[in-house]
Amino acid sequence: MGDWMDILAKYLPYFIDGVIITIKLTLVGLALGAVIGMPAAIGRVYGSKWIRRLCVGYIELFRGTPILVQLFVVYFGFPELGITLSRMTSAYLVMALNSGAYQAEYFRGAIQAIGAGQMMAARSIGMSRLKAIRYIILPQALRLVIPAWSNEPISLLKASAVAFLIAVPDLMTQAKTIAARTYNPIGTYIIVAVIYLIVAFILTGILHFLEKRLKIPGLELEAQRT
Amino acid sequence: MAEPIIQIKDLSKQYGGKVVLKNISLTVNEGDAIVIIGPSGTGKSTLLRCINLLSKADSGSIKLDGKEINIPDVNEDEVRQHISMVFQDFLLFNHLTALGNIKIGLTQVRGMGAEQAEERAKEELTRVGLAENAGQYPGQLSGGQKQRVAIARALAMEPRVILFDEPTSALDPELIGEVLEVMRLLADEGMTMLVVTHEIGFARQVADRIVFIEGGVVVEEGPPNELFYNPKTERTREFLWKITELYGHDQVESQG
Amino acid sequence: MLLESIKFILMGTYVTIAVIAVALPLGFIVGLLLALVRVYGGPFISRLTSIYSTVMRGVPPIVLLFLLFFVIAGSINLSPFLAGSLALGIISSAYQLEIFRGAILCVSSGQMIAARSIGMSRSKAVLYIILPQALRIAIPPWSNEVSTVIKDSSLVYALGVAEILRRSQFVAARTYKPMLAFSVAALIYFLMTFIANRFLDAVERKTRISAH
Repeated sequence: MGDWMDILAKYLPYFIDGVIITIKLTLVGLALGAVIGMPAAIGRVYGSKWIRRLCVGYIELFRGTPILVQLFVVYFGFPELGITLSRMTSAYLVMALNSGAYQAEYFRGAIQAIGAGQMMAARSIGMSRLKAIRYIILPQALRLVIPAWSNEPISLLKASAVAFLIAVPDLMTQAKTIAARTYNPIGTYIIVAVIYLIVAFILTGILHFLEKRLKIPGLELEAQRT
Repeated sequence: MAEPIIQIKDLSKQYGGKVVLKNISLTVNEGDAIVIIGPSGTGKSTLLRCINLLSKADSGSIKLDGKEINIPDVNEDEVRQHISMVFQDFLLFNHLTALGNIKIGLTQVRGMGAEQAEERAKEELTRVGLAENAGQYPGQLSGGQKQRVAIARALAMEPRVILFDEPTSALDPELIGEVLEVMRLLADEGMTMLVVTHEIGFARQVADRIVFIEGGVVVEEGPPNELFYNPKTERTREFLWKITELYGHDQVESQG
Repeated sequence: MLLESIKFILMGTYVTIAVIAVALPLGFIVGLLLALVRVYGGPFISRLTSIYSTVMRGVPPIVLLFLLFFVIAGSINLSPFLAGSLALGIISSAYQLEIFRGAILCVSSGQMIAARSIGMSRSKAVLYIILPQALRIAIPPWSNEVSTVIKDSSLVYALGVAEILRRSQFVAARTYKPMLAFSVAALIYFLMTFIANRFLDAVERKTRISAH
């Protein structure tokens, strides 16, 4: 186990190749997940009966099943329906849909925390529901959601690790090869664990920075009082 | 004789099996300052919310400038441009500055240009005495300041009538005065208003008419002097003098 | 033929439940103990626990699964099923540690003061006053963790354990119907999380303390 320094030095380029893919998976999943999750949350809170049902169905399905199973369904199962996607595309798609469901719940929490009062005040000056959502509810929800949402990048980073089981060339796939070559699985995976921790640390740092930048004086307290 | 701004006839509403409003009728003429009083939980707030369609009355007629608005396919958003409301818990938009709170109605609902909206918003803010707080956020304002911004927000829409739903009930005692002062000025300027409140001193000083509602019905209505010194029912006399003991006495004395 | 395939996958549920039945209680006991240590222990051991929590929750479960598997398999001869289940339990203990820690901190300090003021020792106060309240508060986040363990149990697939997912893959290869096979797997997992959550919601409602 003491020679993990050597492993690191010798295989550094491979580790880096893997990390890049891992980070790509995480960031794309995060971004697409937000694009999917936000409308899903709005649909769930403000939608008509059928839109609500659709949103709840999507959210419960992707939060209630393992991401590994979701990956297998998309990568192995879809071709049977005539939709054949590459490993990377399958992984991106599943990451996006999975993250979207969790993000929808975060957004929903924030929207509901803003409270019915804000919607009422907006309607009372003649705003339509749509405008109220866009100009009053969402701007506040997006700021309120940040603490809870900041769990998601790290969650997604960890979730991405199973992608190697459909042979996506991420950090874990590289690790598998290196572990076999060096006959030192423990050393290899300890390095991998440390790399994940470092990436998580950097992500958290970026998030804290963003959180400070977007603060509105008194917003967090106010939203809890009214 | 001009058309009354608001004409309510036989308004009724049930909520969870309980009758909240029972055949309420009320006329609001231009320039009227009407104060609605009564024990808590007797439908006064519900009445206001039915008028600006935040709540749906079960039956009865509500006419705004002669046009019926208590119908299924009315354009609620449009109605609410003419009937503004000030809430007990202020409900300012937390992510906007004081000025922004007023501007947004002007730009997004009345379709004004940004510059013009900025001008008008500044005017309204000055009118309630808060010109120097324009750039502050609700979280940085006191309760009394927040409510005054809320009033400015309502005024900016240039409504036909403003509804005040217990505007000072959530305020610390020393902040109530500044809000009532603004409301009194508005009444003096001829703003048509419907105010639900416990502030008896204000009612006596400012109201053209006081409406006493209990148990979902109008028990009595009339000018302040009539209700205070010549009430038609015993219940009215009882309620008014009890309330004056609790709320209005100091104010009545200090304002002579 | 189709029915037999589905039955075959369904049998995997027993294995999955067995994995959960090992991992969840292990995580509970270790997590609860560590939470108590973290909240009531001295500064040094509290710090140690904090590091444990950060590391175990910051690394992807599958990485920890492999690491723990290789460590455990290296020292004792355990089946992949047992090694995997124990590993999942250790991983879950870190999350449950945070859940119980949060719940204990939620119980107002006044409760401890009141308990000590009638002469209760610290440990008795924790056992009879703080924990019962904390455990009730912990039910919603714990329900989340149960769902997570149910879903993470699918990771033992990577160790070759013949649970739901591996059996689905077998069926998919045999019948050339991967969509059906994996959808069945998804459905089974969904039902498990669904039932678990509903059950815990009912428990929460039955044990509600009005002050919370």
